[in-house]
Amino acid sequence: MPETTKTKPKRPKPGAIPRQEMPRQAPEVRRANFNEVALGLTMEMAQREAQRCLQCKKPLCIAGCPVEVRIPEFILALSEGNMPEAVRLLKDKNNLPAICGRVCPQETQCEELCVLGKKFKPVAIGRLERFVADWELGQGVETPEPLPPTGKRVAVIGAGPAGLTCAADLARCGHQVTLFESLHAPGGVLMYGIPEFRLPKRTVHAEVDYVKSLGVDLQLNAVVGKLYTLNELLGERGYDALFLGTGAGLPRFMRIPGENYNGVYSANEFLTRVNLMKAYLFPEYDTPVKVGKRVAVIGGGNVAMDSARCALRLGWQRALAKGSEPAEVTIVYRRSRVELPARLEEVENAEEEGVEFRLLTNPVEIYGNEQGWVRGMRCIRMELGEPDDSGRRRPIPIEGSEFDIEVDVVVVAIGTSPNPLVFTDAGGLERTRWGTVVADEETGRTTKQGVWAGGDIVTGAATVISAMGAGKRAAADIHRYLVGEEICE
Amino acid sequence: MYKILAREDLAPITKLMVVEAPEVARKAQPGQFVIVRIDEEGERIPLTVADFDRGAGTITIVFQEVGKSTMHLGTLQPGDGLASFTGPLGEPSEIEHHGTVLCVGGGTGIACVYPITRSLHEAGNHVISIIGARRKDLLFWEEMMRSVSDELIVCTDDGSYGRKALVTVPMKEILEQRDDVSRIWAIGPAIMMKFCCLTAQPFDVPIIVSLNSIMVDGTGMCGACRVEVGGRTRFVCVDGPEFDGREVDWNQLLARQRIYLGEEKLAREKFEHECCSKHESSGSAV
Ligand SMILES: Cc1cc2nc3c(=O)[nH]c(=O)nc-3n(C[C@H](O)[C@H](O)[C@H](O)COP(=O)(O)OP(=O)(O)OC[C@H]3O[C@@H](n4cnc5c(N)ncnc54)[C@H](O)[C@@H]3O)c2cc1C
Ligand SMILES: Cc1cc2nc3c(=O)[nH]c(=O)nc-3n(C[C@H](O)[C@H](O)[C@H](O)COP(=O)(O)OP(=O)(O)OC[C@H]3O[C@@H](n4cnc5c(N)ncnc54)[C@H](O)[C@@H]3O)c2cc1C
Ligand code: SF4
Ligand code: SF4
Ligand code: FES
Repeated sequence: MPETTKTKPKRPKPGAIPRQEMPRQAPEVRRANFNEVALGLTMEMAQREAQRCLQCKKPLCIAGCPVEVRIPEFILALSEGNMPEAVRLLKDKNNLPAICGRVCPQETQCEELCVLGKKFKPVAIGRLERFVADWELGQGVETPEPLPPTGKRVAVIGAGPAGLTCAADLARCGHQVTLFESLHAPGGVLMYGIPEFRLPKRTVHAEVDYVKSLGVDLQLNAVVGKLYTLNELLGERGYDALFLGTGAGLPRFMRIPGENYNGVYSANEFLTRVNLMKAYLFPEYDTPVKVGKRVAVIGGGNVAMDSARCALRLGWQRALAKGSEPAEVTIVYRRSRVELPARLEEVENAEEEGVEFRLLTNPVEIYGNEQGWVRGMRCIRMELGEPDDSGRRRPIPIEGSEFDIEVDVVVVAIGTSPNPLVFTDAGGLERTRWGTVVADEETGRTTKQGVWAGGDIVTGAATVISAMGAGKRAAADIHRYLVGEEICE
Repeated sequence: MYKILAREDLAPITKLMVVEAPEVARKAQPGQFVIVRIDEEGERIPLTVADFDRGAGTITIVFQEVGKSTMHLGTLQPGDGLASFTGPLGEPSEIEHHGTVLCVGGGTGIACVYPITRSLHEAGNHVISIIGARRKDLLFWEEMMRSVSDELIVCTDDGSYGRKALVTVPMKEILEQRDDVSRIWAIGPAIMMKFCCLTAQPFDVPIIVSLNSIMVDGTGMCGACRVEVGGRTRFVCVDGPEFDGREVDWNQLLARQRIYLGEEKLAREKFEHECCSKHESSGSAV
């Protein structure tokens, strides 16, 4: 570790300062708007929180972070009021800190390993990261000098967290990077999936602008597999290496009768309409979305929570505008509360806002009316048996326990897999039977010469920071492959 | 920005536009479509590739003004730009030497069937084409269709031009008269395609239709476009848009096209209101 840790200022006793809570919009207010729920720390609170860090000589927290953010160092700079230095240290490893500070599941990553957490609450690393990153965005972002051009060209496919990170790191090393994105906006799930109230889109724009400022050439509306194929990019288009970061964007349905009735959405469609297309601003924005009186969201992950909380807000907006009743929004999940895969914080947020939970319940059929609209759903009660491969107890239907509920909109949030479109004309690229790409965990190398992959396309739906970590490791290996050196720091 | 290079009014509410999109033009094939977004607030609407010119780097689209987005598109002029123009999407038509083929286009569907007809003709098929519209002034591309067909039948619902008939009438006659038709393409409004399929049913000829379900991304990531074909849920944007029409669940497709009727009306009224007040204040006579 660098010198800074040696010149420790006098710190308060461990646990003397309580973990600083972040102010949030009150549930009764936020359930009717799409503004960010968490309001951020003040400078005073952030510095008080920063003082809690013990500046460990062997910081365990770093091991919990997939991109190995220099946690104690940036926190020290913050506590000393040296904000530009805090920014520099933070961004040394993390190209998208304002995003990670908001959506990383810190409680199972960096913060889980923080030593302070053994006796007290861990340092609020994510909140501090968000604070420092927001401070920089408020000041105007500085771009580091790229290294001299290497003359090598890399195509990065998919502008989600994996692709953005990989592109940024390669550009910083002097490679000429083209980033191809099929949608009309970069960001991947950050743009179309995660709602404004958890991750404001101006934050995503700002971090994408930073990546562009490094010299990355962003090509939107470019569907690889259709407009170009992998073999064309490697061949006639003359790219020296390719990185695939196209995520896991293919929606899974339940394959139960009635799933194609009007009013049944995949979470991808529902969230894309609301977030990317801004249906919550309809008719100022052209794309509509339906929210009925009773919405059932199937699933228990972050995607289900986000869908439910979007539906709830749309219902309240309508109620306030028209004086009608708000929508009833229910999460239908086949295991119990402890198995909910969503972040606890988001489950609690949803509960506070008024989302109902029907646990140990699974849909078996959707009913429609004569016009083809959803009107109800038949469910079956579940009980938990022995743990399965995932270590969670397996849900088992209780025979004869079927019952009907009234619903007019259903959002199916039971998972996604990689979209196969990109694999057209990509011979030699091996995939698993789940449709994910086979890639080396350390380097991201695939079975196809010159092609790397990382993020959800390799792991299946995971996290923003793990996708970024994969993008980073692949960038390092691509650099090694192209110029035969370790990546520049 | 994707620049509009030319426009032509084919019929009172049917417009043609030539759009500069060299990369799309390089790859486009008959049967494929693009997704157009006019501006930042715009929705993503699918439109068929009506023609492409790889040399000039252009794609031609033909659209009917049926709601807010297409009406807005219809107000744009050469020199204006489109915020996005994504494609080519969907699977291309299966162009082979099938023998004798029948190409049926109804309304705007004439523009969609044209590039397919041309390719089938170039591939050496004996092409019989039928085009139809409600009235004479809604018909277009008669000469273009004639130039790529061995036989062409033109009809209107009200008899104001050509034969007074729905396209299904000459279609049935041809299938009764000759037993060498090995494939049919029928493209137009869903209801027309449904009746073309019913007409073809007794003759046991594959009939290819191009489904126009509601879409968002057009790349298989949302499922908005899904419809049952042969008892299986298919995504029109990636598995289609062409399917064997004999297997399509038409009632489901028709129901799914109506999901946003209320919202579409609201958007259209708002647009008409804003559009008219703008024109009044600027004194323009559009
Ligand atoms: C609703 C929702 C909420 C979530 N919440 C959290 C959270 O709170 N915390 C967290 O850590 N994780 C969360 N996740 C998971 C996280 O967002 C993903 O793990 C992460 O975004 C994966 O990054 P990626 O770069 O691999 O792929 P993606 O973010 O999926 O990006 C892939 C990009 O590639 C593009 N693309 C796809 N195919 C092509 C093609 N053929 N050509 C060109 N471009 C293509 C896509 O349009 C997209 O922009 C959430 C996911 C969802 C859906
Ligand atoms: C693969 C494909 C190719 C198409 N090609 C053409 C074409 O070449 N020329 C043409 O005029 N039309 C074409 N369409 C239909 C065209 O996309 C719709 O007319 C257009 O989206 C209507 O938008 P709007 O806002 O003007 O009207 P709206 O008021 O939104 O809708 C009017 C009608 O159009 C349908 N529609 C609405 N939104 C969509 C959507 N996102 N996708 C599909 N249909 C929708 C609805 O069923 C509705 O009844 C095609 C559709 C598909 C799926
Ligand atoms: S990037 Fe995420 S995991 Fe890493 S330190 Fe920041 S909040 Fe923790
Ligand atoms: S483990 Fe906790 S206390 Fe130690 S350096 Fe990391 S954040 Fe600070
Ligand atoms: S339009 Fe989204 S999957 Fe077809």
